[in-house]
Amino acid sequence: MNNAPYIRPMPASWWLRQGRYVRYMIREATCLFVGLHALVLLVGVYRLSQGREAFEAFLEALWSPAGQLISAAILIMAVIHSVTWFNLTPKAMPLWIGEKQAPGWIIVAAHYGGWFVVSVIVLLLAGGLS
Amino acid sequence: MSARQITLEVLRYRPESESEPVFQSYSVPCQKEWVVLDALNYVKDNLDRTLSFRWSCHMAVCGSCGMVINDNPMLSCKAFLRDLPDHIRVEPLQNFPIERDLMVSLDDFMDKLKSVKPYLIPKQPTADPDGTYKQSSAQLKKFKPFAMCINCMACYSVCPQYGLNDGFAGPAALALAHRYNADSRDQGRRAREDVVASNTGIWECTFVGACSEVCPKNVDPAAAIQQTKIASTVDYFKDLLMPSGRKIAHPEGDTT
Ligand code: SF4
Repeated sequence: MNNAPYIRPMPASWWLRQGRYVRYMIREATCLFVGLHALVLLVGVYRLSQGREAFEAFLEALWSPAGQLISAAILIMAVIHSVTWFNLTPKAMPLWIGEKQAPGWIIVAAHYGGWFVVSVIVLLLAGGLS
Repeated sequence: MSARQITLEVLRYRPESESEPVFQSYSVPCQKEWVVLDALNYVKDNLDRTLSFRWSCHMAVCGSCGMVINDNPMLSCKAFLRDLPDHIRVEPLQNFPIERDLMVSLDDFMDKLKSVKPYLIPKQPTADPDGTYKQSSAQLKKFKPFAMCINCMACYSVCPQYGLNDGFAGPAALALAHRYNADSRDQGRRAREDVVASNTGIWECTFVGACSEVCPKNVDPAAAIQQTKIASTVDYFKDLLMPSGRKIAHPEGDTT
């Protein structure tokens, strides 16, 4: 009698097997830091609602060595997050000009352009450029 | 011409005598221009007649010789020895049940292909007196790359989402659905959406992108799936805003 077709198990460490999976997992993990940033902002808003003193204590905590370390980590991860996703956008939204597909870099560049414009607007609104 | 000695380490599974697969090594004298399939055929012809593997055309057209070579799924007829080291590990495609040696079960893949209705579903018969559906070259270009699939299953072998959940329709089937959805002669997107736009369809894909990296025909299933996600999201909001438009969009010709 024959044994049944053999199904190879998929170990929990499957993503360590190939560089492409590790890179994918890093890209996915960066979203945790983006989420963390949103959480920090929420705490800030909450502390603001508690009055001036509470908000200043929050700002002080942000500027503490630990706070700076966390902010730096968030910044680096958010940049990796944005860059890796921007680089994938040509696949999701191909641009057809007549019968020709526009080169992917145009779509990527448009995203960087949009990022820049939004960043400038946010900085202007926050008074960061004055 | 002098032969290059190559060690082929092949994963073997003989269901009549083994309960799990084991590696077996063969030392093969190879010619410079050979591909891995030639080396396997050398083994079959000269060293071990019991070694089983599928192949047919030997020119990257039939899609039957897909296997994992040094951790990468590829067509063994396209895997040139000149690009590979002296020690080559050959395994059956990942994520599929192994039937024997390098042959895996095709059943699930065939079911997935069928489930996306991979054929033209026109809304109404053509008005053209000669019975044909005309298409411009611009319209053809929109879907042609997605029509190049040869069903080699390399993309499923490298897709962790399919490995973790075999309910996932998978890269090639979803690329094929997109091939028809993007065809100007086709009106079947709504008929395919139950499978395609479901949790085990496009939404199971997390854009690992490995499928597109390994596809020997440059089909780019990852792109097809992301484009379908956008189209499906637009459909969802259209249905939300205009629920009555939905039924009309279903093609009459679809009886399944
Ligand atoms: S999409 Fe590419 S890798 Fe997947 S089955 Fe088709 S030809 Fe093979």
